[in-house]
Amino acid sequence: MTNEVLTPNAHDVAHGHHDDHHDDHAHHHDAGPMKVYGFWIYILSDLFLFASIFATFAVLHDSYAGGVTGKDIFELPYVAVETAALLLSSITYGFAMIGMYKGNKSQVLTWLVITWLFGFSFIAMEVNEFHHLITEGHGPDKSAFLSAFFTLVGTHGLHVTFGLIWMATMIFQVSSRGIDATIRTRLQCLSLFWHFLDVVWICVFTIVYLNGVL
Amino acid sequence: MSDHHDHDSGHGVSYKGYAIGFVLSVILTVIPFAVVMHPTLSHTTIIAVIFGFAAVQVLVHLHYFLHMDTSPEQRDMVTSFIFSALLIVFIIGGSIWIMNNLNHNTMIMMGN
Amino acid sequence: MFGKLTLDAIPYHEPILIGTFSVAAIMGFCLLAAITYYGKWKYLWTEWLTTVDHKKIGIMYIVVALLMLVRGFADAIMMRTQLMLAHGDHPGFLPPHHYDQIFSAHGVIMILFMAMPLMVGLMNIVVPLQIGARDVAFPFLNSVSFWLFAVGVVLINLSLFVGEFARTGWLAYPPLSEIGYSPDVGVDYWIWSIQIAGIGTLLTGINFFVTIMKLRAPGMTLMKMPAFIWSILCTNILIIAAFPVLTVTIALLTLDRYFGMHFFTNDFGGNQMMYVNLIWVWGHPEVYILVLPAFGIFSEVVSAYSHKKLFGYVSLVWATAVITILSFIVWLHHFFTMGAGGNVNAFFGIATMIISIPTGLKIFNWLFTMYRGRIVFSPSIVWTIGFLVVFTIGGMTGVLLAVPGADFVLHNSLFLIAHFHNVIIGGVVFGYLAGFAYWFPKAFGFTLNEKLGKAAAYCWIIGFFLAFVPLYILGFMGMTRRLNHYDNPDWQPLLIVAFIGAVVIFAGIAFQFLQLFVSFRDRKQNEDVTGDPWNARTLEWSVSSPPPFYNFAVIPTVHSLDAFWEMKKDGTAHQRPAKYNDIHMPRNSGVGVYVGAFSFLFGFALIWHIWWLVAVGVLATIIAVIVRSFDQDTDYYVPAAEVERIENLYYEKLAKHQEKNHD
Repeated sequence: MTNEVLTPNAHDVAHGHHDDHHDDHAHHHDAGPMKVYGFWIYILSDLFLFASIFATFAVLHDSYAGGVTGKDIFELPYVAVETAALLLSSITYGFAMIGMYKGNKSQVLTWLVITWLFGFSFIAMEVNEFHHLITEGHGPDKSAFLSAFFTLVGTHGLHVTFGLIWMATMIFQVSSRGIDATIRTRLQCLSLFWHFLDVVWICVFTIVYLNGVL
Repeated sequence: MSDHHDHDSGHGVSYKGYAIGFVLSVILTVIPFAVVMHPTLSHTTIIAVIFGFAAVQVLVHLHYFLHMDTSPEQRDMVTSFIFSALLIVFIIGGSIWIMNNLNHNTMIMMGN
Repeated sequence: MFGKLTLDAIPYHEPILIGTFSVAAIMGFCLLAAITYYGKWKYLWTEWLTTVDHKKIGIMYIVVALLMLVRGFADAIMMRTQLMLAHGDHPGFLPPHHYDQIFSAHGVIMILFMAMPLMVGLMNIVVPLQIGARDVAFPFLNSVSFWLFAVGVVLINLSLFVGEFARTGWLAYPPLSEIGYSPDVGVDYWIWSIQIAGIGTLLTGINFFVTIMKLRAPGMTLMKMPAFIWSILCTNILIIAAFPVLTVTIALLTLDRYFGMHFFTNDFGGNQMMYVNLIWVWGHPEVYILVLPAFGIFSEVVSAYSHKKLFGYVSLVWATAVITILSFIVWLHHFFTMGAGGNVNAFFGIATMIISIPTGLKIFNWLFTMYRGRIVFSPSIVWTIGFLVVFTIGGMTGVLLAVPGADFVLHNSLFLIAHFHNVIIGGVVFGYLAGFAYWFPKAFGFTLNEKLGKAAAYCWIIGFFLAFVPLYILGFMGMTRRLNHYDNPDWQPLLIVAFIGAVVIFAGIAFQFLQLFVSFRDRKQNEDVTGDPWNARTLEWSVSSPPPFYNFAVIPTVHSLDAFWEMKKDGTAHQRPAKYNDIHMPRNSGVGVYVGAFSFLFGFALIWHIWWLVAVGVLATIIAVIVRSFDQDTDYYVPAAEVERIENLYYEKLAKHQEKNHD
């Protein structure tokens, strides 16, 4: 067995001969779009994840165990404000992306921060809603309906929270590094993630809240 | 790095696109909320409105925010999305069908 | 401070476990001592543990899978022994609470920690080479996937020595798996070993889907891909769609257990049937995730050793695609007896029967490929012929079970057990072992001993019939699964035969380990000099064995199916390129190992309710990922001169080999 062909680190040399790699040009060139495509495929898997939780909600949504129903606990005006916050955050992220394509770092940062604030408001309102329900004695351990409600809405909220952590990291990286190819790819992926979460929210407020109070 | 890829220059990204998407989304949200909060229509109509508008709003988001369309750059993403959507319809629909059938046949008392 | 964990968790009073632990500890200690003695820690870290090279990651997956085969098989032989003995007054040597853990662990290990990693390992080694790529789309993610899988392996093995495992069967149906009926840590070990490993699998699915869609060599259109690649593409689509469902289902059970929720409880509106429904929405695609790659392997093996183009490539591709889609609409056949009405049962029964049609079509494709080929009777062909006979029988018993009326009699009997072992062993295991023998020289540079390989295959085939035909009969006689004791005297002779079959399979496994040892010892004589020991047809055989770390010095351009065969015919194979270029490669990274370590802490802490450690595990994982995102030095260029040097070594070897053969 020839060992030398197996060890890349022995050949760890500085980056030279940049002009001379036509062979890899195609591959190297496509790295960003390939990452975005791969992230999209992850989003699709996340769609299956949410679909399973929606299916569970569909089956258990009227198992009240003699306890509260949606009509009893959902406050639609509150949900409307949450929805507005998330929808606005989608637009503001879009503005950040426009800034990115123009190469305008400060536009990107401004709109990312605004997006983050809208997203954070959404989460704060949701945490408040959950807290209120739990202290009123309508926690997820009280019935299958409540378990399904908290889990579906909570999973969406958890995704948004991870999005906020990611966005905060991006704000830091954009401000320190500017907008290079890697950062662009990451912002494109975050864009897919953020908009996807708004799409899921449309299904959540329709199926859980609107349908739930009827 | 040269920017001759459509993707790099931001396929379909514009202020106008986001603005239209936003306005449509607002309309498609306000009406369902209004219809539920002030229920003057029949139950079935309300259900049709909220689910129908939700479906349309999803498409609005997919097009205006996620920039999905029939262009060649988007083809892979659109195809995989449609395939996933069909599978999901079957999995959710199938599960609801099965569980309703099971609940009915095994006589579990709902709501207890 | 340590949650529920106390010294009582260690099973001092179980002699089998103490014995097993002692053996494992001694072997582990010897291994660590040897590594230290030979000074190989740095080598191990820089070359293997932190690697992002798909070939090495693949080898690591397979090594772990083979170790888990030993554990899963030990479970099997314990069960066979128990059942052979435990008739009437004789209680056997395994009390129920122990036996229940064994059959649960056996199922989880064989499917999720033996078959899956064996498949993922082969996929890792072969796919980039076969499509003419340098590596997978996301090499770093590939490393993370492996380490997440490794965490699952560690957890499930730890359950032997610290605490216990689930006693619920491999799918842990509620309400038995709920906290009320399983208050101990067993189900929690089940939950976290599978959840964490499952994330790894999902990431692998995404990785390989994108790899195949985006990194094929120029000219390799979808309909010019090797059949194996088609089967892997479909497998990964199944993984991406199905594994999230498993994640959710187990998560809901977790919420019930940890937060007192009511998804599947007996009270407060829970519905256990929803768990069964959801878990099989995953479970059925899962078995196709296992078998499709095996089908792909047989396509490769059959055409390579028959020296003939695969018969009916187009129909085979369509059959694979149809199977993929159909596998999503049959899942209810796993619970015909749960109480759905006739319409529902009929729909899923018919859909299940339909899925056997494209499968049968593929069998004919392979038979017609072999017909009038010049077949080399290698071990892989023995596995293939074994598969054709054994799997077909298993498929037929499946079609029988697909009839709801028949299933009402046979559900959860040993007939069912025999059926699924029939298709899993005959299809999945035989396929993976055929692929293992076929691609082993590519990974290691020397071929495996053929005599021992054939001995192993014959033992498995004969052992399979001895072990499982009695179970078919016992199923008809009314014996149910998961029994650890019985009173019916008519059953015992059949269970004795089944035990003998297990012993014969054990001989087969022993032959395989012996084969590895002997082949390693004889590796100089069996060296694969050219990289093409079988005179095969696809691109992975066009490079040296083992391949250089960058796979191809020049990415080939493909014009047809069986690209390498065509190159050999045209005389364009093994030509020195006019010019070498720098090659862009990803750097190794320890972050995968760290993510694995933190995930392990997270899982272990959750099992034992050590809440502060859970928080630490979560935070550390997130921080590790964020820190990685700040790393801008994640790739490098291999200078063209270095590539040329490595390639010249290969060409010199080829030239010497040709001279020798012409003398």
